[in-house]
Amino acid sequence: MLKDITLGQYFPGNTVVHRLDPRTKILLVLVYIIALFQAKSFVSYGILLVFLLVSVRLSKVGAKALLRGMKPVVVILIFTGILNLFYGTTGRELFHWGILTITTGGVKTAFFMIVRILMLISGTFLLTYTTSPILLTDGLENLLSPLKKVKVPVHELAMMMSIALRFIPTLIEETDKIMSAQKARGADFDSGNLLDKAKALVPLLVPLFVSAFRRADELATAMECRCYHGGEGRTRLRQLAYAGIDWAALAIGGAVLVAVCVLAYGFGW
Amino acid sequence: MEPILETRGLCCVYSQGTPFQHTALDHVDFQAYPGEYVGIIGHTGSGKSTLIQHLNGLLKPTDGQVLLHGKDIWESKASVRQAKFHVGLVFQYPEYQLFEETVYQDIAFGPKNMKLSTDEIDRRVRQAAGFVGLREDQLQKSPFELSGGQKRRVAIAGVIAMEPEVLILDEPTAGLDPAARDAILANIRDYQQSNNATIILVSHSMEEVARSVDRIVVVNDAVIPFSGTPREVFSHSDELRKMGLGIPQVTQVFQRLREMGMPIEDDCVYTMEDAVKALLELRKGGRA
Repeated sequence: MLKDITLGQYFPGNTVVHRLDPRTKILLVLVYIIALFQAKSFVSYGILLVFLLVSVRLSKVGAKALLRGMKPVVVILIFTGILNLFYGTTGRELFHWGILTITTGGVKTAFFMIVRILMLISGTFLLTYTTSPILLTDGLENLLSPLKKVKVPVHELAMMMSIALRFIPTLIEETDKIMSAQKARGADFDSGNLLDKAKALVPLLVPLFVSAFRRADELATAMECRCYHGGEGRTRLRQLAYAGIDWAALAIGGAVLVAVCVLAYGFGW
Repeated sequence: MEPILETRGLCCVYSQGTPFQHTALDHVDFQAYPGEYVGIIGHTGSGKSTLIQHLNGLLKPTDGQVLLHGKDIWESKASVRQAKFHVGLVFQYPEYQLFEETVYQDIAFGPKNMKLSTDEIDRRVRQAAGFVGLREDQLQKSPFELSGGQKRRVAIAGVIAMEPEVLILDEPTAGLDPAARDAILANIRDYQQSNNATIILVSHSMEEVARSVDRIVVVNDAVIPFSGTPREVFSHSDELRKMGLGIPQVTQVFQRLREMGMPIEDDCVYTMEDAVKALLELRKGGRA
């Protein structure tokens, strides 16, 4: 039952988007987000939408998979949309009832707001759909490495992130096992009121915590046995290297950002 | 004799209708009789764990029935719950499911869920602790203070305290030293004899199964290819080897001796006692 939850969102593939250096992809997503917040008009949104759609197309991630990721944010989308609809004060008045007023400006803001959130989520999902968690943390660590100069423990943070991601499926499996074992002793996780249900979780959570600590301990020992001592002087199995395609992708990303900024600040679009 | 626990045409398909569809059990008919000691053997992924989780109603059959005393356990919600109390299941590495503050409370978890009276719970906890050889003073300890072997005993006692008519144990001796392994097998035997309970032992160790059980059920690739007394089952040594299971070492030794032309009458020696008997006969025969 718990196995059906897909937490690792990575879809393995061998497309151009999959092969891009993770740092390139992280930077592109960053550029894309900045550009998205500068966009004010249909033209700039159009440019960004083309950029997004081409990337999605190249990655061969189905539209279905992308849309499935939108499910949890539907409520937020509706809420933002409605709120923006009534807050606009510019433009022609379309509707008036008591204190509620809808103007053309409000409709436009609401529409752009929803489109912006949708595009924001699709863009970031595309990153996690096409980049394995290990590569993602590698890329992040590499990009953030300048922060080491000001004593930010970048390597440790990246390692923590990889370990956390690595153990999600393990813990899910463990939860399943413990649940079955307690059910075999007559534990009931489904019936009763909220308090009963919370109490019923104790036989599940205590062993789960104990085993998580035990696993952490074992992992620490195993890492020390292999002489792990932090990031200093550590070499990698997979060296990250920018290829021609990365420079090309970054150039396109940069061009998109410049275009959107010029449109926004030069022409007021 | 009527079987106490039985499956009829039991099928289990995981992730039906997806590309990951996988048949774990394919029309399995399994019987266990009152007071019987059954061993289930099969390699990893053969479907034996899936089978035992159907026997106490943890998994719902995709098709087919699980019958306890001739009645389908999935008849009603209450009957599924009752099945868990009548058919006790001890999972692999059960010590990882302990959670209470004291050993006593942990063993009492099952009986408490059965809504028994406090006196009855107390009796059962003490009796179950006795079966697995836990001392009185250990009952008030935290289960996390105990050694691995002792934790395992506590976990087994937690299931025995429900006084199930059928006790299923999945690899109860995995990872234990020989002394602890023998002690736990003896505890299980004690429970069987004093309560006239049915025991179903799942194991990888052919020696262990050969020594303990009355009947062996082999599970391979989602079906039961054959079952019978250890003697019958171990005579299929070639098929067992093909399934990646093998036969007890002592049986192998004696089979080789026979192949080498030693006049051994018994064609399937599978316990040390048989081996001693066969060797003594051989010596007698040699002298004569």
